Amino acid sequence: MPVRDYIRERFFPHLWCPGCGHGIVMGSMIRAIENLAIRKNDIVVVSGIGCSSRICGYLDFHTLHTLHGRALAFATGVKLSRPELTLIVPMGDGDAFAIGGNHLIHAARRNIDVNGIIMNNNIYGMTGGQYSPSTGYGDLATTAPYGNIDPPFDLVKLALGAGATFVARTTTYHVTSMIKILEKAITHKGFSVVEVLSQCPTYFGRKNKFATAVDMMNFYKTQTTPIGSKEKDKNPDLIERGIFIQEERPEYCAEYAKVLETASQGG
Amino acid sequence: MKQNVLFVQGNEACVEGALYAGLNFFAGYPITPSTEVAELLSYRLPAKGGKFIQMEDELSSMCAIIGASLTGKKTMTATSGPGFSLKQEAIGFAVMTETPCVVVNVQRGGPSTGLPTSVSQGDVMQTRWGTHGEHAIIALTASNNQDIFAMTIEAFNLSETFRSPVILLLDEIVAHTREKLVMAEPGEINVVERLHTSVPEGTDYHPYLPREDGRLPMSDFGGVHRYNVTGLAHDMWGFPSNKPEVVCELMRHLVDKIEGHTREITRVKEFYVHDADCLLISYGASARTALHVVENRRERGEKLGLLELQSLWPFPAEVVRKRCASVNFVIVVEMNMGQILHEVKAVVDERSKVFLANKIDGSFITPSDVLDILRIIQGKGA
Repeated sequence: MPVRDYIRERFFPHLWCPGCGHGIVMGSMIRAIENLAIRKNDIVVVSGIGCSSRICGYLDFHTLHTLHGRALAFATGVKLSRPELTLIVPMGDGDAFAIGGNHLIHAARRNIDVNGIIMNNNIYGMTGGQYSPSTGYGDLATTAPYGNIDPPFDLVKLALGAGATFVARTTTYHVTSMIKILEKAITHKGFSVVEVLSQCPTYFGRKNKFATAVDMMNFYKTQTTPIGSKEKDKNPDLIERGIFIQEERPEYCAEYAKVLETASQGG
Repeated sequence: MKQNVLFVQGNEACVEGALYAGLNFFAGYPITPSTEVAELLSYRLPAKGGKFIQMEDELSSMCAIIGASLTGKKTMTATSGPGFSLKQEAIGFAVMTETPCVVVNVQRGGPSTGLPTSVSQGDVMQTRWGTHGEHAIIALTASNNQDIFAMTIEAFNLSETFRSPVILLLDEIVAHTREKLVMAEPGEINVVERLHTSVPEGTDYHPYLPREDGRLPMSDFGGVHRYNVTGLAHDMWGFPSNKPEVVCELMRHLVDKIEGHTREITRVKEFYVHDADCLLISYGASARTALHVVENRRERGEKLGLLELQSLWPFPAEVVRKRCASVNFVIVVEMNMGQILHEVKAVVDERSKVFLANKIDGSFITPSDVLDILRIIQGKGA
């Protein structure tokens, strides 16, 4: 199917700023789903609040645009109720790692088969550029006019530490790789976390010496490197991208099926 | 036919009612004094193929039941005091998205951690206005096991009928009182099932376009209609809109669909009201005390009556006004500083004849607490 068959054209134009990375993530997500040939009726997209979460309205799936930080909690209800459905949960960095951090680590611990896609633009965009848990030390934001003193989370390490069984990082520059990673994440049986570095030229770029969105994508091109590359030895500041972990562990709904089996036999 | 009689706690009666009504998804978080509801359902639900999950917090358990409800399940959560506060944002989401679900709040002493193991009725107004923004809500309550069972079923029925979260407001006393429960046979009590759309696949389905009767038939997530659900103000497609005319229509619909059906939603029990010259108005555990006072005084020839409210929101103004009109004075019996008292005063013609008998210290309101007020009103001194 062409990409346009996956979107709700009725609701365009979208609200994202010129140069925003989120549309690239949406396009990649659609292509991954197309490549996997999953029926539209079998996909539920659940989002929270923020620029990233508005992806819900534009996609022609079952879409649930929820509360700030709580997308994974709603998604857990949908998935446990209907385990045969494919759950995709796009989140922002504030959504996933600040207000919704608790749900992220518990979804990872349960290993419920939900696909978390974190569109990390290092800023609260919808509210106009406040620092988030992934804003770098010294970066400027509307609530950090003297420079941010909060150390940022390493989102990959956090997901790994919480027990996520699929953890990857990619960027809006590396689109073909992003599509492949998303395909693997969606196919993976268990909780998956894909961090996508996605530029916000309007609120992050403008305050932090990136003149254009292209500059920001150039940053993703030059300042990231595949996991395990020798470049990282030479320049430890490079950000690694690729799949950090992909392992099998009992999935929550499959475990629950065993509970149902035991209970139906009288305990 | 032999009756199926149980000897159970109120929390267990609630579980029996929920299962009778067709509950098949529960998410919760441990909190006193509602925990028994979760404990029992973790055992009972899987045995009938239902789903139980203990979530990481109160917020997520409220969110999970909304998600599951959208897939077509009858869902419930149970909590108390602080947990009810934490659920408020998501309750508002269920209001805005018109997602049926039942929230049990077993009231305990507050504010804050308050008195975790003691009784209170301090959440009446939080039930009405706990979530932000203008809205209407349905809240039921009960004073004994048989009524908890019935009102739990009613809560599910009303939530499906009006596509609204329904709050079942219990309290520590009724939830932990162990007494008889006569189980209804299947089919004995009406159970309302979800109204599904008849719009065929491939035809435009408008999830938020009310029918002529105001009802909105649903389509399950995972089914043949793909649509958007959002907590933002939205149009008939479920797509965000801030057009004043769209928002105005939505707000009026959300309030009118409930406030406009107050008579249909109203549930009361009346004891000796027809010739009463003094009317007690009460609900929940307090109504047990009120009924005792009324029956005790009747034996002495005093004409007391009791109006027990089983639906608190929308406030049953019509029946309260009518019953209050024919009596000399009214005593509202409740375990707070007068949350229902103010509602009663707002609807009666003569505010000065309405009095409060209350208890706010975590102990159960007793007949003597009510009689003290009665004596003062009757001019017999304290």
